Amino acid sequence: MTDASMQSPETGHRSVSLTVADAHTKKRANAEKRFRAYGIVAIATGLFFLIVLFASILSQGIPAFQRTVVSVDFTLSAAQRDEAESTLFKTKAYSNLFIAQLSKELEDQGISVDFDEAAIERLLGKIGGTIRTYYADNPGKLGDPVKFDLAASSRVDGYFKGRVSRDTLQDSRFLQLSDLDLVDALKQAGIIKQAFNWPFITGADSGVDNPGGAGIGASVIGSFFMMLVVLGLSLPIGVAASIYLEEFAPQNRFTDLIEVNISNLAAVPSIVFGILGLAVFIQFMHLPQSAPLVGGLVLTLMTLPTIIISTRASLKAVPPSIRDAALGVGASKMQAVFHHVLPLAAPGILTGTIIGLAQALGETAPLLLIGMVGFVARGYPDGFLAGFTEPNSAMPAQIYTWAARADVGFYEKAWGGIIILLMFLLTMNIIAIILRRRFERRW
Amino acid sequence: MSFVKLSASALAIAAVSATTAAARDNVQVAGSSTVLPYASIVAELFGENTDFPTPVVESGGSSAGLKRFCEGVGENTIDIANASRAIREKEIKACAENGVTDIMEVRIGYDGIVFASQQTGPAFTAFEPADIFNALGAKVLKDGEVVDNPYTTWAEFNPELPDVEIAGFIPGTKHGTREVFEEKVLLIGCEATGAMEAMIAGGMSEDDAEDACLAVRTDGKAVDIDGDYTETLARIDTNPNGIGIFGLAFYENNTDKLKVATMSGIAPSTETISTGEYPVSRPLFFYVKKAHIGVIPGLKEYAQFFTHDEIAGASGPLANYGLVADPELAKTQDAIANEVTMGSGS
Repeated sequence: MTDASMQSPETGHRSVSLTVADAHTKKRANAEKRFRAYGIVAIATGLFFLIVLFASILSQGIPAFQRTVVSVDFTLSAAQRDEAESTLFKTKAYSNLFIAQLSKELEDQGISVDFDEAAIERLLGKIGGTIRTYYADNPGKLGDPVKFDLAASSRVDGYFKGRVSRDTLQDSRFLQLSDLDLVDALKQAGIIKQAFNWPFITGADSGVDNPGGAGIGASVIGSFFMMLVVLGLSLPIGVAASIYLEEFAPQNRFTDLIEVNISNLAAVPSIVFGILGLAVFIQFMHLPQSAPLVGGLVLTLMTLPTIIISTRASLKAVPPSIRDAALGVGASKMQAVFHHVLPLAAPGILTGTIIGLAQALGETAPLLLIGMVGFVARGYPDGFLAGFTEPNSAMPAQIYTWAARADVGFYEKAWGGIIILLMFLLTMNIIAIILRRRFERRW
Repeated sequence: MSFVKLSASALAIAAVSATTAAARDNVQVAGSSTVLPYASIVAELFGENTDFPTPVVESGGSSAGLKRFCEGVGENTIDIANASRAIREKEIKACAENGVTDIMEVRIGYDGIVFASQQTGPAFTAFEPADIFNALGAKVLKDGEVVDNPYTTWAEFNPELPDVEIAGFIPGTKHGTREVFEEKVLLIGCEATGAMEAMIAGGMSEDDAEDACLAVRTDGKAVDIDGDYTETLARIDTNPNGIGIFGLAFYENNTDKLKVATMSGIAPSTETISTGEYPVSRPLFFYVKKAHIGVIPGLKEYAQFFTHDEIAGASGPLANYGLVADPELAKTQDAIANEVTMGSGS
């Protein structure tokens, strides 16, 4: 400390004492203190926003993992099934049968609230599909009582979760104030209750009048297939390109140009890749619309620069002495690279790839243009190969779609979807950190 | 070496699967974000109730949907375009140039457009088209002269309206809703206030005057919303003085947050819209590529299922969600059964 004050031209003479700080030292010490304070404030601000963000995501999204179900025994005879199957609107017929049976059962039980079948219909979500699928899969259960957990309507769900209250509810064809008395009575009887929302995690998208039936599972699969395409293409291409550029390519104007362009590509807004994908992959190459294959190709373009840049950085980080030693004992250039440099750079390459994939996983903009927004994630693909080509959505596109729907139930689902997406991103980032910690070598 | 072989064969399989998958077995729909909710309801039910795979319904707006519809015939083009307005001459021509000649027009019902504000905000309960025009038009009539819109609060031109800052959130120009708003509200309001007459008297041709009537003020009091109604709702949520334009179905799903205003004294509801009393409504359509019928499995069945009485009728799930059923549905059903195309005379 005193060294610096000695050298400074203003303080020509030495300070009185080494133990007493002079004005200049104090000033510098204070500046340092202030800078540290700024740093702490900056970090605290960042943390504050992070906490606010997480708190709001969790508080809005956690309810999506709970659902309200109507849990009762239901018996369907073969004759009733055949009759329902003979109509056009089969699911409606199943739903009517269920409502009639439940209504009769409640009357027999002597429930204390007045109700009619229309009221029960308002309490239930779209249940016909669930019942029809069940009996199609289990025809042996016809005639036996089966315990069904069927989704309640979005507003009843909202009543359980506090979204809908008696004070704000306005009578409409969706739900009436008097229906809430019935809901309370059924809750007492244990018929309506809350349960963990498995269909949300495993299910597919649903129509806008059926928030209870919407799930993110199908679009998780869509994202998975897109990531397979991205990984399968961008890792080999990216690594090959960076090894060539870093180890073999001559330094000239042409390679300089390529380098500049790679850096430029990394900064291109992702929507541009979407437009490119639409023009090249769909309109020119006639690949199927809304397919994870096309989504994967578009995201590959977006991820490539990230992977190339991080791969080159980790290749550069391998000390030249390793290469020199390998070449010195007679290895060819290629042997030196593949036997010595690449294994040492691998942890860095993997980390860069995983971070690139995580970025691609959360990307929505390019998907808007290649037909992944709307009612697309309607079910699981038929097989592994079909997974690439059958229309499907991706997690961020599904979240975007839900957030735009009128029913508040979908808004909640969008937040729930964000939680699931964040869990995937977090997992990938943690894997990247573990790989780096475990395998990276520093010189 | 085996890795090379493996990856080569994987690539080959991927390429083969990409080409085989071109034989599409699901109906592909795109277009209006107003029709999307109804189409998604029908698509889900169609998948649940028939043996055909669930159709894919993309959004993007009427114009974008029709543009893709007109790109040509073949499995990599869409089969159906949803539209919240009728197809235009220009679009039919563009279609024909690309070989899309036989188009079936299907009207599925009507949609009401409502003016709503925050539930707890100022008392916007009754509007006339003239009020909306005075508030949001670019040029209005004041003291007998056509001037750039000088109004900053609603009470300045109509003392019965609240004395608060004007803030209108209207659908952007890519939405079919914008056209209805212009024709059924702005134009009517322009005529009612006498601004149109004054413009023509001031030397404008009738067409120019009409265009001038449809212009929306650009000083920030009228805000174009290019996104969905959810975005409009978010803007209204943060601005108690804001007036937003919504579809009837959207409003009915959010009655706890929004209160609706009457237009010309009529409250919007499925009843007043189907009788034609409520003035701001429009028909909704989808357009079917006839050349794809018989090629894409389930296409005609989808159109028939959509317009079936039990689906699009007055007590069906679409009406329950907010679509105003078409009283002439039977005619539409016949037209689909007979595959009647546009311009074929019937």
